[in-house]
Amino acid sequence: MTPVASLGRSGLADFVLQRATAVVLAAFALCVLGWFLAAPVNHARLAAFFGTLPMRAFTTLAILALAAHAWIGMWTVGTDYVRRHYFGRRHALYLAIYQIGCAALVFLYLVWPLAVVWGVAR
Amino acid sequence: MKAERPVDLPLPSLFAAMPATAVASILHRATGVVLFFGLFYLVYLLDLALADPAGFERAAAIATTPAGKAALWLILAALAYHLAAGAKHLLQDLHIGDSLVGGRIGAWLSILLGAAGAALAGVWLW
Ligand code: HEM
Repeated sequence: MTPVASLGRSGLADFVLQRATAVVLAAFALCVLGWFLAAPVNHARLAAFFGTLPMRAFTTLAILALAAHAWIGMWTVGTDYVRRHYFGRRHALYLAIYQIGCAALVFLYLVWPLAVVWGVAR
Repeated sequence: MKAERPVDLPLPSLFAAMPATAVASILHRATGVVLFFGLFYLVYLLDLALADPAGFERAAAIATTPAGKAALWLILAALAYHLAAGAKHLLQDLHIGDSLVGGRIGAWLSILLGAAGAALAGVWLW
């Protein structure tokens, strides 16, 4: 059976994707966290930090990684719990609603921060 | 005789009876879900803070209210744990520390690292 709405076309592809994206997200999180710990934070410095081309590229990569990682992760959680055993006869409907909700939030996490880091000329 | 209702399940002791590996696993999942929703707050703050100096001040004001700080702490603590346990996961995928004993040590290590990260985040925020 093909897992409906899996991101890659197989469980193995999803597995590999989730690991590769995890590495990107870890690097990005440590990078941003390190900056916040090191620097006195104000608007000008923050804008300068996120405004450089390398940082914009890195942020874009992290946003793409996040979309894949979060979708696969939330998909796994949903398919583990929203099943007939717990949710009864209409479990498929509830799972669909859950997945549409997750997809909407993933989409927001894709376009919103992209607009934030690329949108404004600064 | 009628049984007393409702029955309180001994949840804390059920939790304590779980092997560390089970606790580590469910925490990784719980923190992943917390991050998924917490990200909304982070992106919102970043959006404000990058818009202009006034927006930065607003973001800073939100993030320094008690609730704003508590939310940041929750997200940072979740990140610390998810990161530590995620790194453990990646190592185990490479067959490093994937024996039974290694798994137990890794579970404790990631719980300790996560707790340390949560404590450091608390010190940083307050
Ligand atoms: C920052 C945003 C992040 C979000 C929203 C997020 C979310 C999630 C979610 C919801 C899951 C599914 C949990 C499960 O199936 O039990 C997951 C799994 C995973 N996460 Fe993350 N995560 C993030 C960052 C990271 C980072 C930085 C790492 C790197 C160390 C990481 C490593 C992993 C790994 C390895 C898994 C797979 C676990 C498994 O297969 O059981 N994640 N993540």
